[in-house]
Amino acid sequence: MKPRSKRFVLIGTIIVAFGLAVMLVLNAFQENLVFFHTPTEVKERTVAYDRQIRIGGLVEKGTFKREEETTTVTFNVTDGDSSILVSYTGILPDLFREGQGIVAEGKLLTSGVFVASHVFAKHDETYMPPEAAEALKRVEEKAEAENSVQNLMKSVEKGE
Amino acid sequence: MLPEIGQFLMVLAFCLAVLQSILPLLGAQRGQLSWMRMAPNLAWAQFVALAFAYGLLTYAFIYHDFSVAYAASNSSINLPIEYRISAVWGGHEGSLLLWILILAGWGVAVASFSNNLPVAMSSRVLAVMGMVSVGFIGFMTFTSNPFDRLMMVPLDGNDLNPMLQDPGMIFHPPLLYMGYVGFAVAFAFAMAALIGGRLDASWARWSRPWTTVAWVFLTLGIALGSWWAYAELGWGGWWFWDPVENASFMPWLLATALIHSLAVTEKRGAFRSWTVMLAILTFALTIVGAFLVRSGVITSVHAFATDPTRGIYILVFLAVVIGASLILYAWRAPKVGMGGGFSSWSRETVLLANNVLLVVACSAVFIGTMYPLIIDALGMGKMSVGPPYFNAVFVPLMIPLLIMMIIGPLVSWKNATFKGSFERLYPVLAVGLLAAVVWPLTMGEWGLIPAVMIFIATGIVGAFIVDLLPRIKAPDLSGRIAKMKKLNTSWLGMHVAHVGMAITIIGMAMAASYQTEKDVRVAPGDVVELAGYSFTFEGVQQVRGANYSSLYGTVEVREDGKLLTTLHPEKRTYDKHMSMPMTQASIDRSVFRDLYVSLGDSVGTTGAWIIRVYYKPFMTWLWTGVIIMSVGGILAISDRRYRVKIKRRLTGRKEENQVVVD
Repeated sequence: MKPRSKRFVLIGTIIVAFGLAVMLVLNAFQENLVFFHTPTEVKERTVAYDRQIRIGGLVEKGTFKREEETTTVTFNVTDGDSSILVSYTGILPDLFREGQGIVAEGKLLTSGVFVASHVFAKHDETYMPPEAAEALKRVEEKAEAENSVQNLMKSVEKGE
Repeated sequence: MLPEIGQFLMVLAFCLAVLQSILPLLGAQRGQLSWMRMAPNLAWAQFVALAFAYGLLTYAFIYHDFSVAYAASNSSINLPIEYRISAVWGGHEGSLLLWILILAGWGVAVASFSNNLPVAMSSRVLAVMGMVSVGFIGFMTFTSNPFDRLMMVPLDGNDLNPMLQDPGMIFHPPLLYMGYVGFAVAFAFAMAALIGGRLDASWARWSRPWTTVAWVFLTLGIALGSWWAYAELGWGGWWFWDPVENASFMPWLLATALIHSLAVTEKRGAFRSWTVMLAILTFALTIVGAFLVRSGVITSVHAFATDPTRGIYILVFLAVVIGASLILYAWRAPKVGMGGGFSSWSRETVLLANNVLLVVACSAVFIGTMYPLIIDALGMGKMSVGPPYFNAVFVPLMIPLLIMMIIGPLVSWKNATFKGSFERLYPVLAVGLLAAVVWPLTMGEWGLIPAVMIFIATGIVGAFIVDLLPRIKAPDLSGRIAKMKKLNTSWLGMHVAHVGMAITIIGMAMAASYQTEKDVRVAPGDVVELAGYSFTFEGVQQVRGANYSSLYGTVEVREDGKLLTTLHPEKRTYDKHMSMPMTQASIDRSVFRDLYVSLGDSVGTTGAWIIRVYYKPFMTWLWTGVIIMSVGGILAISDRRYRVKIKRRLTGRKEENQVVVD
């Protein structure tokens, strides 16, 4: 081969390799991106039932139950507005307890129960899982927005 | 008073670094020898200043000077001495000081071992290292001073994060930093070569040992972190594709590409521009790693307290480094030529493919790590990219790369034939196929992934043997031993590192494919059967440690009714962190399997617990392989040709000049 055509082959091979890699990445992205939803969003919207999602919030006080003789536990995850029943089989993280922020990854059953395959709690006392914090924030923002709408309505009413 | 001296020393080191980055460079450009000769002295002075500063901070930890804010938040009176010393790097400020000290240490090493370099080259290298120092020392003095004082001095400190009170803490960060920072040297050599316009085989020869040493440290540092997570976190995993792990793994992938491409540049003079680009990108990725860990964009045990100004500083630093080096690259690289030609089947093409695959794999990890962060930063929602993504992308990219490790060492440089390359491999491939069929069956069930990995690993080891045999051919044993002693250590190092990789992938494949685990609820006296072993749970006692109290479990392990070992998984609660219990797994390691027990939660009032029991085959191989890889790296740099010129220099100045020319 001439050096020039050799260079073409070389560059062509590299481009093909990169192309294949991009396909691999996109494909893996499509299947494995795990989206985060707050309990309210799960309640309100139709969240996909067949794929892995994450939900986050606080473990609602007084809802933690352990099944007899197995390692399955159930508890509610709440963002202050809505709560979802989560079922998990296995060992919980060290810092899991009622009232704490957690994130659960798993699938939503059509019955509305969330079956978690992983439960994440914070790593130390000073940090809340970012998703759990986000869930609480979204509820707060929504409440604020509603308040401001109500205030606006009131002021409009007063104005009349 | 002492902390103020520490602070003064830091500022002094900063000024010295500024001088180091200007004077030798100007000297090299203008041919002023006296300015160039200042470089080693400045490097030493900077190192000494930082070493004293580091010593003073350590003093504050050892003698409980809680007026130093950093000591107060990371140490306590009851913290054992070994953790008081390692707590110095337990938080952001101190670990940054360690980072800078190690950077200065590399500078001193370059200054000491660069006698065989042309003085202009070594001056430029040290000047670039000075610039890197300016960036990091500036980062510390402006955003994260470890010597800050507290107005109200507490009686006791806050204690070291319980997670970090582990022997792993003593070794993992220093080793990892040695690796990370070491790539600043490879970067400095590349920049110096670009500035001087001398990007040739001798540049590659000078830069290669430094890059390999940094690679060895990074390899060991990553492996030690993984080993620690395996034992400490109680999840039984050894790699989680966590952003912080990826932060260290991305430079490792590129550095691996770099040491291979440096080989081509040194032997054949080819890939020069590409090698320089890799050196730049590897260093850039170490700064990206620092950004991920220190800016607070991710939350993990590695993430230090969040302070946005720090993130911004590192981003600006990163932009300056990448911008300046790419401008220099664009300006200078085309001048330095493309290097020697090679045919479409040669060692060069195999190494080129190796580089392409490693870079692509690194990009895939980069995308998976950064994508959620970018989406979040843009306010477009929260999502995560978990291990399934990385496994789905990474494994298919690694398999061709690993296959090339079998054939690569047997392909000749410049121009090879398929026949010549593969001929010697036929018996190896046959043995590999046999092993791929039989070995997985001995584990109970045949599986494709372990079979492929076993084939590859056997092939790599076999390639070493068929490459070794002709080299030690001799009529008798003593002749063979004599030839063995004369083997080229650089060649041997490559093969040893590859064999280490082969052992590691067997460990990975076997552990991933054949591990079994059980999460069970047990009362004292209950027996759990797993993989032919029976685990008897004897209960949990309360035990007191130096600065923690522990729930100390006892599990007896029996095989065929015979007591094998007694494991003690723990749950510790540290006095200063009552709300943060720590799981401490207990592991019985042996050549072919690890038995792993960790405590979950206590249930009911009868002393019952949930425990997790693992059987993990070949885990030891994973860590052993990594150690062998590092030994390979060290063998490779102990090659005579990296030292030969120092000896020649001693015989006379005239010869030195000749060597520099060749």
